[in-house]
Amino acid sequence: MTFMTKLLGASAALALSAGAALADPAIIFDLGGKFDKSFNESAFAGATRWATETGGTFAEVELQSDAQREQALRRFAEAGNNPIVMAGFGFATALDEVAADYPDTKFVIIDMVVDQPNVRSVVFSEHEGSYLVGMLAAMASKTGTVGFIGGMDIPLIRKFACGYAQGVLAANPDATIIANMTGTTPAAWNDPVKGSELTLAQISQGADVVYAAAGGTGVGVLQTAADSGILSIGVDSNQNYLHPGQVLTSMTKRVDNAVYEAFTAGVDLETGFNVMGLANGGVGYALDENNAALVTADMQAAVDAASAQIASGELVVHDYMSDETCPGLTF
Amino acid sequence: MDLMTFLQLGDSTFRLSTPLLLACLAGLFSERAGIFDIGLEGKMLAAAFFSGAIAFVSGSVWLGLLAGIGASLALSLVHGLASITFRGNQLISGVAINFLAAGLTVVVAQDWFGQGGRTPQLAGAARFQNITLPFTEQIGHVPFLGPVYVELISGHTFIVYLAALCVPAAWWLLFRTRFGLRLRAVGENPAAVDTAGISVVRLRFVAVGICGVLCGIAGAYLATALQAGFIKDMTAGRGFIALAALIFAKWKPVPAMLACLLFGFLEAASIRFQGQPWPGIGRVPVQFMQALPYVLTVILLAGFIGRAVAPKASGLPYTKER
Repeated sequence: MTFMTKLLGASAALALSAGAALADPAIIFDLGGKFDKSFNESAFAGATRWATETGGTFAEVELQSDAQREQALRRFAEAGNNPIVMAGFGFATALDEVAADYPDTKFVIIDMVVDQPNVRSVVFSEHEGSYLVGMLAAMASKTGTVGFIGGMDIPLIRKFACGYAQGVLAANPDATIIANMTGTTPAAWNDPVKGSELTLAQISQGADVVYAAAGGTGVGVLQTAADSGILSIGVDSNQNYLHPGQVLTSMTKRVDNAVYEAFTAGVDLETGFNVMGLANGGVGYALDENNAALVTADMQAAVDAASAQIASGELVVHDYMSDETCPGLTF
Repeated sequence: MDLMTFLQLGDSTFRLSTPLLLACLAGLFSERAGIFDIGLEGKMLAAAFFSGAIAFVSGSVWLGLLAGIGASLALSLVHGLASITFRGNQLISGVAINFLAAGLTVVVAQDWFGQGGRTPQLAGAARFQNITLPFTEQIGHVPFLGPVYVELISGHTFIVYLAALCVPAAWWLLFRTRFGLRLRAVGENPAAVDTAGISVVRLRFVAVGICGVLCGIAGAYLATALQAGFIKDMTAGRGFIALAALIFAKWKPVPAMLACLLFGFLEAASIRFQGQPWPGIGRVPVQFMQALPYVLTVILLAGFIGRAVAPKASGLPYTKER
């Protein structure tokens, strides 16, 4: 009997806490996991920032397989969580189906566009951020040759490469850009050994700054660059701390800001298409105590000027994904 | 193309061939004794993680190497237990080991270090450093031979030289000792070995154990020599390429080395010449360069290598007649 009462008490408590969760925001992390040092971790940081600043609580789940996407979405929607944020382009199909069934719930998808009235699609202007680090690379290079190492050869990564190349050529029209991709399968995101070899190959061709947009492969690129005494550029989150004094800068993609904004707006979230670019702090370059000695005042001034021009629309960086071509770089 | 480009290409070939060679020799011992081993990849991965993790915690790369070998040996024992003692299907056991390693390394890494399934970066004594061989100063000025010695031969990590030594050692062990004869016999005709009063089970376990040690060294090489830490799935299919090289080499040590060097060279070439114009041809698409190793494999295997016959008893569990 006592057991029964305990059980009932427990379920009552559960019901209460479920009630309290009403209208709490929720976040779903993609397969990379919450602590991937990159994309998902950045999303988590944004959610945590919101929670500490407002004292609010949020629901979260880490996906273990593709099959769980729709299930996780429906569960949060049924529980009354609002808005529901998902980090990753893989959610597009599942969200397209689910969103129509819960017209009163607001959804936010990052890195992909889903055309539904209650969905906010957040995409980043990675080419603009890459343009800035490309300028820095060209200005820091002594040989006039800089490298780019992408992960899997997909349009999104070419968008990084293309923006970078434009930035390099803007700062030094005579510069040579060596752009390589690690592979054409998802294994290319996690092959640091090949990343290292690509870096060494680029060094032997004269490159003295390499930009890695390659997920886990990038760890090998940054490591080899540091071992060989050349500069490297990190991606997504601030990776300057990985090799202090040897990482020139990082192209930051502020997924945390996107999550933070969505959580702050709460149920009054504006839906529709949302571009996070230089103008609204969506992308940028990282400057901290680890690379302060590498970026001179002149370099910073030049990049900040370009940044302001891009933000005001005066300078347009070509987006590879708009027409699948790139001025200044052939793949 | 100048001499320096060739030397750098050769340098890269040695680095990329080493893990393949160690894994290939590991498979050689196992399959010569009649145990198929699909699980080379998984064992390398487990060894890569444990060597990286222990090297980071202890600060000593040698302890890391031992831990890597230990982890790989443990998985070898599981494979042995399943396929020798309990006479299970060797392919299924190997596949299971691959899955186990892929999942377990990430889970344990996340629990220990909380960095998204990777180990922290290794530095200093926690990594194998490049060894500069003696006399580089003196020989370095000699034309041709000097640069070859300094650039190509010298300046690799300890494991690269170890792997090179493993080839003659494996040949001697397999073809010049009594143990080697028995080991090969167990893979061809275990009943005959049994009749001679030698334990088939023991010999096969020893072979699987050697396989574990070699895979362990290969994994440790990836995480503590080529790289500075473990990243999930960092073996990236090298265990399977080693298996292909083994078939290529018809289960012989010296051809195994040549096959691994060929695979390493093709990978190095696809990396070195990616996106560069070729004399007379122009720019070659990246995708073609990346497909080249596989295309050449098919051509060589179909046209030049001829029939590769596996040891007769491999894949078959041995049952003593009653």
